[in-house]
Amino acid sequence: MSEQLTMIIDPHAHMTSRTTDDYQAMAKAGIVALIEPAFWLGQPRTSVGSFKDYYSSLVGWERFRSGQFGIKHYCTIGLNSKEANNEALAEQVMEILPLFIYKEGVVGIGEIGYDDQTELEDKYFRAQIELAKEAALPIQIHTPHRDKKKGTYRSMDVCEEHGVDPSMVIVDHNNEETVKEVLDRGYWCAFTIYPFTKMGNERMTDLVKEYGSERIIVDSACDWGISDPLAVPKTAAMMRERGVPESSIIDVCYRNALEAFGKSGQMKESDWLENQEIDRTQKFLGNSILRGGQEPTISDNTVIN
Amino acid sequence: MNAIRTLLSQLFQQQASPESQEWLQNKLQQVETATNNRSFYMAFSSAPRFLGKAPLELDKTLRQSIAAVRSGLDLSNWTIDQLGRTIFMLHLPHENPADFAGKLKLLFETADMNEQVALYASFPVLPYPELFVHQTTEGIRTNMTVVFDAIALNNPYPKEQLDEDSWNQMVLKAAFMDRPLYRIQGLGERTNQKLADIVSDYARERWAAGRVVNPELWRVVGNYLQDNLLEDIKKLLKDDHPLQREAGLLALSSSTKEEAQQLLANSETKPTMGWDELALAWWKDR
Repeated sequence: MSEQLTMIIDPHAHMTSRTTDDYQAMAKAGIVALIEPAFWLGQPRTSVGSFKDYYSSLVGWERFRSGQFGIKHYCTIGLNSKEANNEALAEQVMEILPLFIYKEGVVGIGEIGYDDQTELEDKYFRAQIELAKEAALPIQIHTPHRDKKKGTYRSMDVCEEHGVDPSMVIVDHNNEETVKEVLDRGYWCAFTIYPFTKMGNERMTDLVKEYGSERIIVDSACDWGISDPLAVPKTAAMMRERGVPESSIIDVCYRNALEAFGKSGQMKESDWLENQEIDRTQKFLGNSILRGGQEPTISDNTVIN
Repeated sequence: MNAIRTLLSQLFQQQASPESQEWLQNKLQQVETATNNRSFYMAFSSAPRFLGKAPLELDKTLRQSIAAVRSGLDLSNWTIDQLGRTIFMLHLPHENPADFAGKLKLLFETADMNEQVALYASFPVLPYPELFVHQTTEGIRTNMTVVFDAIALNNPYPKEQLDEDSWNQMVLKAAFMDRPLYRIQGLGERTNQKLADIVSDYARERWAAGRVVNPELWRVVGNYLQDNLLEDIKKLLKDDHPLQREAGLLALSSSTKEEAQQLLANSETKPTMGWDELALAWWKDR
């Protein structure tokens, strides 16, 4: 009797910008846990209070909101690269990070890295790598969308300069140009499946067929732009359709994410498996919550994105 | 205050593993001798990862002895990390109210869900309790059920510290959030005219929408059974559900108003249970 994919993790989902429709769909499609990286809100914040309240909502309200739909919510906390170029503000944000990184549900420092690859971005990337080392937390790296190959390689170089173990680092937003180097150097290699642009799930399927499933992770990075909160379940469905072995699908859609971020000690399978008496306090408007065990719905045009 | 500190420390020793106790003692030393707040914030934050989150195991004797030290103190829904966090707060040096409030302010501003639960539930044992009234009224706005419960249920603080309007808001919010009202301490005692009228309006709104009203609510109308409320009770007495009828009878029996007494006397059935029993029966099936 071989294993079957029954539980899915989406390790990159910006749920503060998603509606309850998305939560309901994700839960129904078998997502049992997700990780929400700290990021920008579409335009730069202008004061440290905005960051503080945002981090607070990640470990408070959004975590609760997710729980109402039966999805365990975790997050990574950090100063993202798009907001690292306001030095005075960045300094203030660095000061408050230690207040949040030990909160329940924080599974890493992220999403950090380079955007334009400026000196200031570099400064705060390095400072947060040190913080991650001190806190023994995994690092979730946002690789730039522009000049990606150079930015990705540089991110890894800097991690190694600081003596970080690659198995503590998840490099995200990879593509065909970066995959080999990231895998060869021992890092977790995550791919964001976007509709229409960047990486799609047909290409993802080909990548898994070529490179296998070791240390490969699939995520949706769904946010306030056009993105698909069901990217991971749909990719799983496509892989299955195209003959990728089930255990590989489980690796890239569940197991690897759990292992990578589980190194924080803050995310365990028992969190969603344990006999959770879905007590009334966790119900949303009295509805019962679906948890895992469901196959994503497949229909012709919705699988490819 | 010292009696409470001793009580909670003893309780912790009794409930926690040796490793947990060692960790707590270690952190307490740091907290008590610190020159800044960093070690307190770190200890407070990281409590669950070192103490676990197991619920406290309290038998009847323990619960009684706790309530004997601090009336109304009910730890039956507390967890071990919550107890640890409260002990940290009680060991914070607090020379004066402003100093103490200042230390806790940042905690509130950055608290995650379970930290919020620990904070709000700790108010009945903290020094300078009047300092936290505003925070409590803000906390009542939450939609996080667990946080709301920490404030409103099994907690003597609201009945002791909130003014009438804030108390009324809490009770109404509890009804809105469909919380078990029997667990609000003082529900049957802190009755007032305004609240009775609020309850009447709320019930009518629900009935107009064809929705069910928690029969526990009628416990708060106390001795304000006249006019609109009397009409409501008459409606209750004719309800299909036996517990709704029971609630009507119970409400009548706690009123000294002549018309209420008359109604009760003329009723074929009389109350067969108390409010707590009614509540348990109601919640058993939900």
